[in-house]
Amino acid sequence: MASATEYIVHHLTFNKVTLGGKPGGFWSLHIDTFTMSLILGFVFLAVFAIVARRAKVENPGKFQLFIEMIVDMVDGQVKDIFHGKSKLIAPLSLTIFCWVFLFNLMDLLPVDLISWVNHMIGNPEAHWRVVPSADVNATFAMSLSVLILIIGYSIKAKGFGGWMKELFSAPFGPKLGPINFIFQMIELVSKPISLALRLFGNMYAGELIFILIALLPWGAQWILGGPWAIFHILIITLQAFVFMVLTIVYLSLAVEDH
Amino acid sequence: MDINATLLGQAITFAILVWFTMKFVWPPLNGMIEERSKRIADGLAAAEKGKQQLLDAESRVADELKKVQGRANEIIANAEKRSNQIVEAAKDKAQSEADRIIADAKSQIEQEFLRMKEDLRLQVSDLVVRGAEQILRAEIDRSRHEKILAQLKTEL
Repeated sequence: MASATEYIVHHLTFNKVTLGGKPGGFWSLHIDTFTMSLILGFVFLAVFAIVARRAKVENPGKFQLFIEMIVDMVDGQVKDIFHGKSKLIAPLSLTIFCWVFLFNLMDLLPVDLISWVNHMIGNPEAHWRVVPSADVNATFAMSLSVLILIIGYSIKAKGFGGWMKELFSAPFGPKLGPINFIFQMIELVSKPISLALRLFGNMYAGELIFILIALLPWGAQWILGGPWAIFHILIITLQAFVFMVLTIVYLSLAVEDH
Repeated sequence: MDINATLLGQAITFAILVWFTMKFVWPPLNGMIEERSKRIADGLAAAEKGKQQLLDAESRVADELKKVQGRANEIIANAEKRSNQIVEAAKDKAQSEADRIIADAKSQIEQEFLRMKEDLRLQVSDLVVRGAEQILRAEIDRSRHEKILAQLKTEL
């Protein structure tokens, strides 16, 4: 039996390969995060695309209604928050919600299930982090994409000049131009950081607590593990929802005048 | 915090997912939901319209019934009047027919009576003449008194 520290470190280490440059530098890839994201993204697309293809206006099945419920919820949020016209925002929100939800859902897999599988396939030392949203790369990938969209929508709605003017003239008026610009930049940069770190923090903490619970004697694990897993059902849905809603809010702020 | 190329891979995956959703997932699903809500709204409107039409039709039917009822009453009244008229006319006709038959009968009786009377007169006058002849055979010259006898005959 390895020590508790070794156990935790083993569970929190990515399966990392170096693509080029020095080992462990920027050009390395977390195979586990990337593979899980691809699989989950494919699950999302496959389920929704099949339902969309088979969708009937009349006599929808229960599963179709379930998918429609999600679509309708996202559509309602977008219509409530974003008042411009955009073909992108609603599908973007749906993708974020479902993808992040599926990321987070991986947190409910037993922490040692993957290790057990690795053991079974004869590679007990392999690392495999199964929750992509507990990897800052995954959360920042989405939040930085959102940042690019915020900038893009700002320029599209106000023109580059108009956007620059706004950066220098709000919120304190044109006389305090540079201060306005600093404030605006802080606001702009804080958006993706808060988006990414909120999701990452929640999921990382959740995963860590599951790992800690797994260190208890097996007969006592359910006492903490049960309530925490039930609570986590709420957390994972809420975090997916918050990420989606904040994305819509940021994009709607980008197209509206301050 | 270990930011590396995974971020780029994730971002590319994300972009592809969003593009696919935008292209193949969102439009059919959302379009179908909108189509369904439109159909439901249309159906409700049609039901409302149908209800209104039913009410209209019912009131029209009631109006029509009232009109028809009035017309039927009128026809019945007319028919009654007409039948009374016919009965009256028939009565009148029968009465006059009867009167005429009676009058005919009376005049026939009258004529018959007159003819009988003439017959009887002729027979009586013959008898009288024959009686008088037999009585007066000897004394009366028939040819001489022919004139008187004829006169008598007419006077009878």
